[in-house]
Amino acid sequence: MAVNYGSKRIVVGAHYGMRDWLAQRVTAVLMALFTVVVLAQVLISSGPITYDTWSGIFAPQAMKTLTFAVIMAMLYHVWVGMRDVFMDYIKPVILRLVLQVFAIVWLIACGGWAIQVLWRF
Amino acid sequence: MTRDGQNQAIKASQQASRMLHCNRISSWLTFVTQQLPTPRKHSMSDKATLAKKRPEFRNINAFSDLPSYRLPAAGWVSILHRVSGVLMFALMPFVIWMFDTSISSEISYARFTSAFSVGLLGLPGMVWKLLALALMWAYLHHFLAGVRHLRMDISHDAVTKASGTNTARVVLTLSLALTAVLGAKLFGLY
Repeated sequence: MAVNYGSKRIVVGAHYGMRDWLAQRVTAVLMALFTVVVLAQVLISSGPITYDTWSGIFAPQAMKTLTFAVIMAMLYHVWVGMRDVFMDYIKPVILRLVLQVFAIVWLIACGGWAIQVLWRF
Repeated sequence: MTRDGQNQAIKASQQASRMLHCNRISSWLTFVTQQLPTPRKHSMSDKATLAKKRPEFRNINAFSDLPSYRLPAAGWVSILHRVSGVLMFALMPFVIWMFDTSISSEISYARFTSAFSVGLLGLPGMVWKLLALALMWAYLHHFLAGVRHLRMDISHDAVTKASGTNTARVVLTLSLALTAVLGAKLFGLY
């Protein structure tokens, strides 16, 4: 396979950014489908939404697994989006680096918390 | 020396003396351009009668220039897509806190609901409701603008100017309308 890292990494030309571009869309579709799934279950439940109705939606292992995948998709999606925002508006390299590192730490921390919550109850 | 060579030498020396006369590169450039056969429509005196030069912005100032910009509907959808995304990024811990307390146990569920009635961290419930409302709008707008974006990726009809404006208006209206409906529920209007 052709070397595409280190000093040989291709950062210009056709297809550069294709992976992130596509990932942004794939993760978006996954999250949109998840939204529909959760929303549908909330809407078909009868009576007022209680703790049991709400936690019951996330109780099955299949739903936990799907939610886990959606959390990972969200982290990647947000990273691509925030990176785009930083690249467009933050010009000083040091500030951009600091913000990008902050975004990564922020996202991983949030992701860890969300996954802990998901499999704890 | 051949005759041709002699002629070339004479030409070169003539040119050199003219260049010496011109003395500066800019003058030499003027000299060269004068030799070019391009028609010169405007002399310096005509310039005053030409239309006033339109302002050209090379470095837009976010505070002095942006507020005077009038964005089309699609422009609003675009920038609000970013604003809503950054907002959800910033409020992600609040979202996970809501997920945590609402799902972990009956007791934490009570803490979750009381945050919006009694309050939390010294802030009244109204503040948390407004934060939740902001998140609702952000999610709805980001979702609908995202669907519009995905449709534009797969349909040539979706990227025409007219269609872009129409769908942008739909996104703006629908996201605000749904936020209003959900917000009314959140604040107990029905």
